[in-house]
Amino acid sequence: MPEFPPFALFYLAALAAAVLPRVPRQVLMLAVPVVSCAALLQLPADLLVSMAILDLQLEPFRVDRLSRLFGILFHIGAFIGIVFSLHTRDRTQHVAALAYAGSAFGAVFAGDLLTLFVFWEMLAVSSVFLIFASRTERSYGAGMRYLVIQVISGVLLLAGALILYGQSGSLRFEHIGLTGAGGTLIFLAFGIKCAFPLLHNWLTDAYPEATPTGTVFLSAFTTKVAVYALARGFAGTEALVYIGAVMTCFPIFYAVIENDLRRVLAYSMINQIGFMVVGIGLGTALAINGAIAHAFNDVIFKGLLMMSMGAVLHMTGRMNGSELGGLYKSMPVTTALCIVGAASISAFPLFSGFVSKSMVMVAVLEEGHPFVWLALLFASAGVFHHAGIKIPFFAFFAHDSGIRTREPPANMLIAMGIAATLCIGIGVWPWVLYDLLPFTVNYTPFDGSHILAQIQLLVFSAAAFAWLKVAGIYPPELHSTNIDVEWLYRRLAPRWALKTVTVSHRTAQAASQAGKGLGRNLMRLVLHHYGPEGTLARAWPTGSMVLWVAVLLAASLVLYYL
Amino acid sequence: MKEKRHIFDSKKNVKRVLKALVLACALTAGADIVYHRHVVHPFEALWGFYAIYGFVACVVLVLLAKEMRKLLMRDEDYYDRDA
Repeated sequence: MPEFPPFALFYLAALAAAVLPRVPRQVLMLAVPVVSCAALLQLPADLLVSMAILDLQLEPFRVDRLSRLFGILFHIGAFIGIVFSLHTRDRTQHVAALAYAGSAFGAVFAGDLLTLFVFWEMLAVSSVFLIFASRTERSYGAGMRYLVIQVISGVLLLAGALILYGQSGSLRFEHIGLTGAGGTLIFLAFGIKCAFPLLHNWLTDAYPEATPTGTVFLSAFTTKVAVYALARGFAGTEALVYIGAVMTCFPIFYAVIENDLRRVLAYSMINQIGFMVVGIGLGTALAINGAIAHAFNDVIFKGLLMMSMGAVLHMTGRMNGSELGGLYKSMPVTTALCIVGAASISAFPLFSGFVSKSMVMVAVLEEGHPFVWLALLFASAGVFHHAGIKIPFFAFFAHDSGIRTREPPANMLIAMGIAATLCIGIGVWPWVLYDLLPFTVNYTPFDGSHILAQIQLLVFSAAAFAWLKVAGIYPPELHSTNIDVEWLYRRLAPRWALKTVTVSHRTAQAASQAGKGLGRNLMRLVLHHYGPEGTLARAWPTGSMVLWVAVLLAASLVLYYL
Repeated sequence: MKEKRHIFDSKKNVKRVLKALVLACALTAGADIVYHRHVVHPFEALWGFYAIYGFVACVVLVLLAKEMRKLLMRDEDYYDRDA
């Protein structure tokens, strides 16, 4: 085992943060990612630590090109998130964030499925406190639903791993493939955390309910661990191409009509993961590189967008598009930083999204999926529409909401500044990122055709937005809830449960009523014959007795003669 | 104290942004005539493919989403009320 495996450093820091006073805690939190990342970079390029527990051969720590890249990415994400949340006095959030980051490191460096399962569940248990930390009834409900779904994912993973162990006698986490019960269960487990269509609703339910700073951590780790796990276990699984294509398209419709701007970003997150899932499904070197590079960029630009919205929420206490607007007047720096994030997610040339998403797009066409490509192109225009334009427009421009506030605290601005610098830095100089990717990159991002095509797509999408807005066709931001898959478990299932209980209660009542009636009649009958006034209890006159004896004797006489 | 006028408080500046956008559209669409994009798929070779696709995609997206509202939209406290 290396001396400082990242997860252990972060777990220790979480323990220390639970007792340290404010300033030492802040220093510790800033130092941990730096020290831990330096330690990671010192490790050899390939490292596998094995140990045996009883008869079980485990590999709790593995470094290779893929896990190293995610390790570096998570250090950057953790550092930005920590800087962004430094001002908060809420100790719970600091402890939860450190433990959550530690679990993400544990999961990506796990060399076997059992270790992966342990950290998979730790991710759920530690991150849920970032949702609870909002301390509202809504966040409590959303957090509980989040936890239940995440734990189910973990249970599926464990079940799948045990089936694979039974078949092969090994728990190593290598390529799994969508075969057999074990592979299918693990695929589903990864799919839940990756927000596959129909399994996605925990994300859009819970992330917008977390604290302004908590959402930044949430958007960095859970889904990206799942993308990593898919890339390792299911690269080249064709089903992923179609699953990913659906993921890129359906959330953008919800994003257009959603009012809560952090929920808009949550939907757009599924859309971005869709691009990665398509790349992993194609499985070629270019596609995998594109998917991984896009995961890397997404953590940073989605983090930047989440931070800019977190800053707005922190300063104004509002997050609905219908209540915001005109904030560029009092938050010009935040506005500019948000626009950098918006340009990056929209894949403007010279911003980070462009250098990674285009790799996936080219790979899709080269592998002969023209219709999937058209879907992704539709989603690319759509993401610019809802994340690139809608987010900055409704928060910072649109109609003036009359809100006058100030720029957020310095630490928030610095965190956003770091993320924005990385967005532009990677966008201009992508080879730094390309050098870290699992396969050698033979791809030129800046070629005239790509750049022109992308600019045309974006400029005309912007024109469509402007036209719809000026013509008054664009749907207004409204206070609303939009029904999604969660309706099944938040409405239909409780309603059925309630109905079942009511009906069975009524049936039981009716049955007991009927039973009572029956019993009463029976008692009346008994009383009629055997009660104190009953037929058999009456005092009969002696004469009638003599008469009956005579009748009996006569009858026996008649019978005797017959 | 009167508040300072900001850049988009004047309608003229909003108009300028829109004009710039139209100009950008014309320029990029025009570039398709002079610049020959190399393509992987025949779709891409059509003149102005990306421009038209981007515009149509966004309009279709918004119109469909508007229709979806009729089916999916509920009150903000929909889930907070009793089932």
